[in-house]
Amino acid sequence: MSKPVVATTSLAGCFGCHMSLLDIDERILDLIELVEFNKSPINDIKKFTKKCDIGLIEGGCCNSENVHVLQDFREHCQILISVGECAIMGGLPAMRNGIPIKECLEEAYINGPTVKNNTEKIIPNDPEIPIMLDKVYPCHEVVKMDYHLPGCPPRADLIWEALVALITGNEMKLPYHVVKFD
Amino acid sequence: MKNFTQKTIEKYHHDKTRLMDILIAIQSESGHISPENVTQIANELNMSEVDVEQTISFYHFFSMKPTGKYSIYLNNSVVANMMGRADTAAAFEKEAGITFGEVTPDGLIGLFETACIGMNDQEPAAIINNRIFTRLTSFRAKEIIRDIKDGKKIEEMFSASFGDGANRNNLVKSVVTNNIRKIGPVLDPDYKVGEAIRKIIRMKPEEVISEVKHSNLRGRGGAGFPTGLKWEFCRNAIGKKKYIFCNADEGEPGTFKDRVILTELPRLLIEGMAVAAYTVEASEGILYIRYEYKYLEEYLEKILEEARMKNYLGKDIMGKKGFNFDIRIQFGAGAYVCGEESALIESAEGKRGEPRDRPPFPVEKGYLGMPTVVNNVETLCSVVKVMLNGGDWYRSFGTSESTGTKLLSISGDCRNPGVYEVSWGFSVHDMLEMVGTTGNVQAVQVGGPSGSLIGSDEFNRTLGYEDLATGGSLIIFGEKRDLLNDVVVNFMDFFIEESCGSCSTCRILPNVLKKKLEKILEGRGVEQDITDIETWGKFLKASRCGLGQTAANPILTSIKNFRHLYESKVQTRKEYDTGFDLQQAVKEACEASGREPNI
Amino acid sequence: MNQIVKITIDGVECMATKGQYITDAAKENGIYIPTLCNYEGVKPRGSCRICTVKVNGRLMTACTTPVSENMEIENNADEIQELREAIIELLFIEGNHFCPACEKSGSCELQALAYRFHMMVPRFPYSFPQQEIDATNPKLVKDQNRCILCKRCIRAIKDEKGRSVFAYKRRSRHVEISIDPKIGKSLSDEMAQQAMDVCPVGALLVRERGFVVPIGERKYDNEPIGSDIEKLKE
Repeated sequence: MSKPVVATTSLAGCFGCHMSLLDIDERILDLIELVEFNKSPINDIKKFTKKCDIGLIEGGCCNSENVHVLQDFREHCQILISVGECAIMGGLPAMRNGIPIKECLEEAYINGPTVKNNTEKIIPNDPEIPIMLDKVYPCHEVVKMDYHLPGCPPRADLIWEALVALITGNEMKLPYHVVKFD
Repeated sequence: MKNFTQKTIEKYHHDKTRLMDILIAIQSESGHISPENVTQIANELNMSEVDVEQTISFYHFFSMKPTGKYSIYLNNSVVANMMGRADTAAAFEKEAGITFGEVTPDGLIGLFETACIGMNDQEPAAIINNRIFTRLTSFRAKEIIRDIKDGKKIEEMFSASFGDGANRNNLVKSVVTNNIRKIGPVLDPDYKVGEAIRKIIRMKPEEVISEVKHSNLRGRGGAGFPTGLKWEFCRNAIGKKKYIFCNADEGEPGTFKDRVILTELPRLLIEGMAVAAYTVEASEGILYIRYEYKYLEEYLEKILEEARMKNYLGKDIMGKKGFNFDIRIQFGAGAYVCGEESALIESAEGKRGEPRDRPPFPVEKGYLGMPTVVNNVETLCSVVKVMLNGGDWYRSFGTSESTGTKLLSISGDCRNPGVYEVSWGFSVHDMLEMVGTTGNVQAVQVGGPSGSLIGSDEFNRTLGYEDLATGGSLIIFGEKRDLLNDVVVNFMDFFIEESCGSCSTCRILPNVLKKKLEKILEGRGVEQDITDIETWGKFLKASRCGLGQTAANPILTSIKNFRHLYESKVQTRKEYDTGFDLQQAVKEACEASGREPNI
Repeated sequence: MNQIVKITIDGVECMATKGQYITDAAKENGIYIPTLCNYEGVKPRGSCRICTVKVNGRLMTACTTPVSENMEIENNADEIQELREAIIELLFIEGNHFCPACEKSGSCELQALAYRFHMMVPRFPYSFPQQEIDATNPKLVKDQNRCILCKRCIRAIKDEKGRSVFAYKRRSRHVEISIDPKIGKSLSDEMAQQAMDVCPVGALLVRERGFVVPIGERKYDNEPIGSDIEKLKE
């Protein structure tokens, strides 16, 4: 029997959730016995080379590229998991959500106190740059997400338990202190 | 010299429970309540400023910013839209040079939207400086703005003759028409004023209660609580003083029958309040009227004065020693939820119109903590006829469960909108024949937005507590109306804005449900969205008051009775759709940075 | 004299003092009914609706309903649990609750309820409202993003003349809490601390002080909310 295939990515996130995944310590050795990684920063595979069983998504969608990556994950992964507060509710990047994106861009590139030498008042608009979305979207408001693991970052034990339960088909054991939003 | 605010506060004896009256006076005098006014009121009434502001900011017709020398409040109800409000609104905006929610730079004209003002039978209608303008057109809107700019007084701006009946009274002088189309025992003007009082003072209060109980009269506001029982509870409650409230806050969109009673039969109403006062031994009555009917104030004050002269009110009424009772008018200031009896009491105490937790019920602890009866206008009028003719006579009308008659406010797609008094048990089908309709009727909204939207397969149902219980608002929709876009969305907006905001459920859920509805209407919905609305809508049942509990009814009853409309709009090929639209999501950023959405 | 009445909660017979609120009676019997807007020693208001139970078949708020003889109360029915889960989720989507960045995280009652009810994600779409932070008060910061409008501060904090320091402003989904510009200015340190303690979430924070208790050691970090009440039973 072939090993389940896992893919991971960080959208509008800080890679803290990936760090937390690495925080399972020596269990990481068990994990690579249990699963095979496909597209993921962990092994630096940039493009999907096959269909995957599990996709772990860190971060919400703050720009068009995030959306495309997330949609790509949805297409390639059987099960998609929002990992961490940013994926679940936008997290810190979503703190801009109450402010119109126009104001945010103007603050960042034109009016902000650290802006210098932008005399032509240009907001970067090269076609290569991903386009900012009107707000940061939680992943499940863009595509269907199957599971959600909260935390900032989710505790390593939570990620581990969830993965093992999914792979082995056993029930998740989640002691009270493992599921936290902070 | 004392300023107006000071004089007003003194007029109400520095009584903070009269805060509504103080605020209404200042708002009417200066078109807004300034921060300086707030400070002065707070100091004089020994309140904090935020406490004064929490009342001000609750009510639609109070404003802390100037609302213009002429403030135009154009009704935005469903029926107003059906009768051509859009043209009128556009004309107002064009002529005044501002959009709704704004005041002209010179401070002359303010344009505002407002929920149903009780004129559904003569829409589009507006309130301008407390006077009503009905049957508006774009032409009339132009005329009105021109008159304002010419400096005309409000009373010089009417271009038609005044309405019928007491609308022509010198103290009313209004273009509003009563449109009474069918008279029954309650609306029958052929009765002798004061006769019921003369009769009951020869009876024991318990006997009066027993007769009302025998009549099986139930509250006509919509909830249908047995009137006799309510009186008995209040009579048996312990309190130094007791109060009779008349609820004339009819805010349910589509209802206007109480306005007609207030105009044509105010003496009947006063007599009903006196009867209630006699039975529960109340010494004070409060007639709580929605702000929209402020144009009737002087007229009603005069009728009350006349009743005092004739000793229908006052001391030892009609010679009955110890029967002392008087009535004062309390105006609201624009809040649908104040129609809920405990919210109405809170409002009359000068506070935000937030419903109270029950128990205790108002009959035990009501106005100022005293036992209080709150009855609807129509209920109190019915009582007089019950006492004049007896419970048995009253029971001869209607059905066994629903005795007597009901005043219906009928509007929408029909030939003769207006007020009709019919016996309970009347079918929707008969109602439609009675008012005359052209073309096929697609749906009838029974009981206003908080009631149900029913289709033709249910027109054989009957009005009454055993089937379609209603406060009397009936809105007819012809076959060409877009029920979801034009009716359900409008009703949901109404509930969203009218929530008092206290219960989490009612404050948050209606908006969540409306967004779901919009998703469906935009073609992005799936079957699951319909199911979600049905499941989520049930959570509103945990709200404190009737407003919250019924706030999902426009969507829920339309899904129940017009499911095909929803199903025709959801995507059948998809099981899941988040509704996310990338094109839409990048639009703003593209505009801000001046680039093509190359996604 | 206090009259003792018999009630049942989920079929279990309990003794209670007549007139006592259902939440209190349940507590004395070691039964936890979740509350949020309720605060000991402050007149209940029944605004969050979390404590909704079925009383003789009708939905009532346990914090405002006094017990009476033979009252049958359902606290654990599926319908009630579902409702409570929904209310918690609604409160999360109504505001901007960025737990990782909140001083109250770990001792926040809303968060604790979400933990207790195993919320992983709210089922409702986030509304991301635009809310103000009021930092004009010398002692307190009010962050409307986190406010759940429970009115605890309004009801609990009054000045020496009995006047309100906090009040609601506007209505419907536009409601917010405002701090009196004048009375608020003269808040004592104790009152400011009291206001922060009364607030179930992180909407009222005492200025210039934070993270005194580290994350991981806070009130609800290691034990679910309500555990103290349920321990009484054992």
